Amino acid sequence: MIFGFAVTVAVAATLVALWSFVQSARNRLPDNPLLIGIAVVEVLLVVQLVIGIVLLAGGDRPGSMATYLAYLIGSLVVLPVGAAWALAERSRSSTAVLGIACIAIPVMVLRLNEVWSGATA
Amino acid sequence: MEQQRRTASGPGRVLVAVYAIFALAATSRAGVQISTKFHEAPLAYLLSAFAAVVYIVATIALARRGDGWWRVALVACSIELLGVLTIGTLSLVDAAAFRHPTVWSVYGEGYLFIPLALPVIGLYWLRRTAPVKVTA
Repeated sequence: MIFGFAVTVAVAATLVALWSFVQSARNRLPDNPLLIGIAVVEVLLVVQLVIGIVLLAGGDRPGSMATYLAYLIGSLVVLPVGAAWALAERSRSSTAVLGIACIAIPVMVLRLNEVWSGATA
Repeated sequence: MEQQRRTASGPGRVLVAVYAIFALAATSRAGVQISTKFHEAPLAYLLSAFAAVVYIVATIALARRGDGWWRVALVACSIELLGVLTIGTLSLVDAAAFRHPTVWSVYGEGYLFIPLALPVIGLYWLRRTAPVKVTA
């Protein structure tokens, strides 16, 4: 994977997560700026998927193909599902739900890169 | 009759979100382990799959309303706590048998010990949202 891009995704997701937790602590409901932040991270994840596919097409192989694909695709579903769950009942807790969803992203992106660099599990 | 407090309401929504992430993580890990290298460590990978099922059931039960689902959640969280304590202890006592990681190895060390904290928080939350008992 392109390590620099992975770091960008991870940092962006972490920032949006922190923003969510701060907003939740301030007793705020999920608002549009925060949802746009989530959408930006999701777009970055789609770009990551494209990069991942292009690299595979180029002939490079990760340490474990199954694990690699699981992270590549799994990371895409977390934010949409998390946002849907958060918006079904709007409260300060749903703002925190957005933060929880976001904080899972850097973990998945960093694991994805480890697997790409040869880790097998 | 008073409506019971819903397990998926208020702070419960955050709890369900964390459970859902663990359900996803445990299911993916077990799926990969079983589909690609089951013969290497069948017991560890079956335990991974078992943990995944427990997380899925707990997530669904906590997300639903009603006394029945509350009870399902109680059973799932109890099994989860028992599982993480048992597997956590066994993985320390007999490290050789648990070289292949599960979510519950060393009390969830690989997952920042969240697997240990989660059932405790879950059980506490279920106590807070318990169906109202009719007292004579």
